[in-house]
Amino acid sequence: MATLEIAALRKRFGTIEVLKGIDITLEKGGFLVLVGPSGCGKSTLLNTIAGLEQISSGEIRIAGNDVSHLHPSKRDIAMVFQSYALYPNMSVAENIGFGMEMRGVPRAERDKAVAAVAKTLQIEHLLSRRPSQLSGGQRQRVAMGRALVRRPSIFLFDEPLSNLDAKLRVDMRIEIKRLHQTTGSTIVYVTHDQIEAMTLATKIAVLKNGELQQVGSPSEIYDRPANTFVADFMGSPAMNLLEGTVTAANGAPRVVIARKEGEPIVLPIPASADAGKLQDGARVIFGIRPEAVNDSESIDRNARSVVKFDATVEIVEPAGSDTFVVIHAAGKELTARMRADADLRRGQNHTFAFNLDKAVLFDPQTTARI
Amino acid sequence: MTSADLVTSASPRRHNGHSLTTRIVIYGLLTLFALVYLVPLLVMVMTSLKPLGEVTGGNMFAVPEHLTLRPWVDAWGEARIGVSETRGIHGYFLNSVKMVIPAVLISTLLGALNGYVLTKWRFPGHKLVFGMMLFACFIPFQSVIIPMAVILGALGRIGVDLYDLTGWSFGLGNATVNLVIVHVIYGLGFTTLFFRNYYENFPNELVKAAMIDGASFFQIFRRVLLPNSTPIFIVTVIYQFTNIWNDFLFGSTFAAGDSAPMTVALNNLVNTSTGVVEYNVNMAAAIIAAAPTLLVYVVAGRYFVRGLMAGAVKG
Ligand SMILES: Nc1ncnc2c1ncn2[C@@H]1O[C@H](COP(=O)(O)OP(=O)(O)OP(=O)(O)O)[C@@H](O)[C@H]1O
Ligand SMILES: [Mg+2]
Repeated sequence: MATLEIAALRKRFGTIEVLKGIDITLEKGGFLVLVGPSGCGKSTLLNTIAGLEQISSGEIRIAGNDVSHLHPSKRDIAMVFQSYALYPNMSVAENIGFGMEMRGVPRAERDKAVAAVAKTLQIEHLLSRRPSQLSGGQRQRVAMGRALVRRPSIFLFDEPLSNLDAKLRVDMRIEIKRLHQTTGSTIVYVTHDQIEAMTLATKIAVLKNGELQQVGSPSEIYDRPANTFVADFMGSPAMNLLEGTVTAANGAPRVVIARKEGEPIVLPIPASADAGKLQDGARVIFGIRPEAVNDSESIDRNARSVVKFDATVEIVEPAGSDTFVVIHAAGKELTARMRADADLRRGQNHTFAFNLDKAVLFDPQTTARI
Repeated sequence: MTSADLVTSASPRRHNGHSLTTRIVIYGLLTLFALVYLVPLLVMVMTSLKPLGEVTGGNMFAVPEHLTLRPWVDAWGEARIGVSETRGIHGYFLNSVKMVIPAVLISTLLGALNGYVLTKWRFPGHKLVFGMMLFACFIPFQSVIIPMAVILGALGRIGVDLYDLTGWSFGLGNATVNLVIVHVIYGLGFTTLFFRNYYENFPNELVKAAMIDGASFFQIFRRVLLPNSTPIFIVTVIYQFTNIWNDFLFGSTFAAGDSAPMTVALNNLVNTSTGVVEYNVNMAAAIIAAAPTLLVYVVAGRYFVRGLMAGAVKG
């Protein structure tokens, strides 16, 4: 039995439908990350799970119980807010213990639980301070402590790290991952950060305009995006999307990507695509991640299907660990992720290669993956 | 950032010359206005410390030759107030205290509760309700006197019935209680306005966190909102205290005779038509009447300014 089951969930604000029929399940110990562009309804979805927003229709079950209309405090959840939402007038210990105090837990028991959580999070020395006397990272820990102390079925996080600086964010990300692994807790987590999503999630749900685009493991989302929106949204730099045509002449079907100048690039159908669905002359969108475009010598040696082509280098962007090279192909810019020491200059003509093991095809009409 | 830009972009010399003239003008004006406001107070204090002969015979601005506290003692305990049997203003002072403390506390707490509901527990039509409460701020005192008298009369009759039934009128019909009721109702528009605007900027996430923690409606109010409302609480208390303490119209209309508040008693003392006018006693009584509001400003004034500023900047 899944810890969280959301079925046909809809949420309207007045006449505007913000969530348009969401179905998600999350098994015990799972880490679900909600991603999507700003305003797509991530926070609203999280708030409906928490019970802070009433749902318009559908059902939410937590640990098997229908909680759709229960008060937030009765749902067996804990939430960490983006602004941390620590009570400014209370000490750290009082902040962490407030929920227990409201539930009438005796003082001695409360103190013990607070001390235990403080130890886990290494904030014992901060217990008597006020939130205003803490750094951003410390506040973040206190906010997590307040959630942890409840031992809920599900933890809800709404962009918990977005107020931290880059370095601290990485530290806290690792901490959250460690916490998830050691406590085996079930988590729903909203973020804008691609890397947070990929590294933390056991399951990613991509939302757009209140509709689920795809739910799957990070590698499914990354390698087999359900449509061009997911392909474009996940990954940085984004997946290259090129228009092409299917041709069945001379035996096996192939994808032809026409170019303004030079020979068209002719590719075998990527292994990920269902070749049966492709008709001669059909238009397709060919998608390939920047790391599957490389120097013809440095392309993955284990790749089973590689296609080489010549192109002109437009822009070279050294990014430390990699160098991003923008090349002109098929009338569209194409980004390649290359070695940091790749020796390329603007205007240079060079032989590149696609690793077709990692390529996908989309239907331009429906934008769905073929 | 913009002010820093302005400072660095202006040439230093021009900036200094500019600020010197500005300073002279600012300090000059401030001193002038301080004098305009302080001189009457100084005259009052000096007059209240002179014997009557020195007052009537001498210059208003002269320093007292024979310092005496007699006028203060007279004003507090001896002076004849209108036609009343009791002497001195101390009884009326106490009336005002008994009226102002409950009126201020009740109207402030109700205003806070209204602000809490109007911002954190929004219901359909909350804007209309707030609009009407705002409207209450603009209703002139005079126009509510007659309806208020009718209502207070009705409450008084209920008080009599209650007294017949239970032996206690529950305070209904008592002049001080009536004034508390009037001031609470009249002040509610203002206190609601203050608190609503303050709570508008109060983070909703704190309320949500408290809901998840299992706090009830009133627990959230008492444990999360109120402890973080000190600036606006002080602003509201000062505002209400000053208005209610200084009120004359409601006091003179709804509380006659021995139950009149301080302001009405002061008027009766000063406007007496019998005997010589004891200016020194009048001044002492006036200072006593003004003292509580002055004290409130001195004690809490800096919070008043800070509270108003906080609202202005955040809004
Ligand atoms: N109380 C509300 N009343 C009306 N519309 C609302 C309300 N709350 C949210 N919305 C609308 O619902 C949509 C989804 O909002 P939501 O806050 O869930 O977005 P989000 O995905 O969390 O965005 P972000 O990434 O910017 O935080 C937005 O278009 C927003 O304007
Ligand atoms: Mg959001």
